[in-house]
Amino acid sequence: MTTDSDPSLHAPENMMVYARGVRKSFGKVEVLKGVDMQVPTGSVACIIGPSGSGKSTFLRCINHLEDISGGLLLVEDKFVGYDLIDDRLHVVRPAELCRRRADIGMVFQNFNLFGHLTALENLMEAPIQVRGLSRREARDRGMALLERVGMAHKADAWPRQLSGGQQQRVAIARALAMDPKLLLFDEPTSALDPELVGEVLAVMLDLARSGITMVVVTHEIGFAREVGDQLIFMDGGIVEEAGDPREMLRNARSERTRAFLSHVL
Amino acid sequence: MSQSLGARQHHLRVEDLTVVPLRHVWLWISTAVVLALLAMVFWTVGTNEAYDWPAVGRYLFHPSILRGVVNTLMLTVTIMVLATIIGTIIAIMRLSPSRILRTFANAYIWFFRGAPALIQLIFWFNISIIMPQITLSLPGLGVVFSARTNDVMTPFLTAVVALALHEAGYMAEIIRAGITSVPPGQTEAAATLGMSRRKILWRIVLPQAMRFIVPPTGNEAINLMKATSLVSVIAVDDLLYSAQTIYARTFETIPLLSVVAIWYLAMVTIMSIGQHFLERHFGRSDSRGDGGGFRAALRTALNPMRGRRT
Repeated sequence: MTTDSDPSLHAPENMMVYARGVRKSFGKVEVLKGVDMQVPTGSVACIIGPSGSGKSTFLRCINHLEDISGGLLLVEDKFVGYDLIDDRLHVVRPAELCRRRADIGMVFQNFNLFGHLTALENLMEAPIQVRGLSRREARDRGMALLERVGMAHKADAWPRQLSGGQQQRVAIARALAMDPKLLLFDEPTSALDPELVGEVLAVMLDLARSGITMVVVTHEIGFAREVGDQLIFMDGGIVEEAGDPREMLRNARSERTRAFLSHVL
Repeated sequence: MSQSLGARQHHLRVEDLTVVPLRHVWLWISTAVVLALLAMVFWTVGTNEAYDWPAVGRYLFHPSILRGVVNTLMLTVTIMVLATIIGTIIAIMRLSPSRILRTFANAYIWFFRGAPALIQLIFWFNISIIMPQITLSLPGLGVVFSARTNDVMTPFLTAVVALALHEAGYMAEIIRAGITSVPPGQTEAAATLGMSRRKILWRIVLPQAMRFIVPPTGNEAINLMKATSLVSVIAVDDLLYSAQTIYARTFETIPLLSVVAIWYLAMVTIMSIGQHFLERHFGRSDSRGDGGGFRAALRTALNPMRGRRT
């Protein structure tokens, strides 16, 4: 809880993700060198950039899969892994961290579906274990979500029996099963065969229209242009440029952004 | 279309070509040798009076032999359950972020797996030399419990303690290998869903680790069942000790050893069938058909490619 009244330690109103000067080092290697970012509630932000630019690391810092080495990183005006008490950041207890993480969904490049559970059971596990839903409730909600991503016919299939695109759609449904206020996507289509990318992007488009806040690390410039409210270009551990996707794709201010876009477009 | 295949074979057509298989001369010879050896073994087992098969039949269901079978089974189950519990704790310690816990776990495995089971058994049997009296005293309450070590440590309990600590060293390694075989992405995905560390371990990691844990654990259980025959040296009346007691009196050594072997083989076969069904249960997400019914179970049970140490 940010009890401190210092306005510089608070996010503007209606800001889902607010980052200022976020730094992160792995040993001696500094991966994030002061990231500034603002993702308003209900908007879709797409992060692009060359590999090694720190975009996936930054995403993993948002839900505290990685702790940050410095800076301010707030979700709904709160630190995820810390409590600010008397001007000091206290690491939160594991149970509290779990509670805060439950509100932030994440979709991985490699899907990471639970291999020992069926598609439907993958969606039921956390709502039962974390939210305390009954099996029956969890099953009904799970089926509704599988319906939404077009996977109801595979409810009893094991992950191994599904194609990459199908696994990713189930993984998105699994994240939605916790009713998250924020969804993080870590290169959700990068591990897919080209013909399977479309079905996953279609589900993400549907989500974006529903008004959920999304932060998407992606290489799909087309998706960023059509769906994104904001395009963020990261390079060398900082945000090089951020703005309206169409405007930026047409006329980027930074030389490095233009160079990167000329490679991927 | 007939195509000629060389100067002297103008008339040979492609459709007429036949394949001549390679003659496996050595395969035939070795098969003949094995069959001859088998015949000799059956002949001598069937005709040599020393095997005394009628005596085997007489003793197979002898009350003290049956008591030995029950004791062997009880030892095996008790030790295996304890070893799995201790082994899981040691395995989790080995994966702990604390260096002291990791070092302790490594030392435990090094010591209890490294020292021969027979020596550990005899050591625990003589524990009263080191500690004649077991005393529990709490500050403020004084002595809560006190007894002579030899009254507490019955031979059966001695066997359980010694072999469970030994076996736990093996189980710890099997369980650790199983846990590390589960990709870290599984833990991350569960963490982002808000699951606690304990729930992730029990609901996500261990169920998937079981596919790697069950097969070597089945081997351990089978090895352990046979290794419990070591306890005959400290006079626990297990299967072997019961047989020894009888043949010390009647000198029917060979028939009684046959009885013991038959019982061990029967128990190992039943355990292997159980293992097959466990493996099928934990491998069901692999979805290669149903994995086979009872007949397949019997086939795995009789598969000689298992068991490596005694």
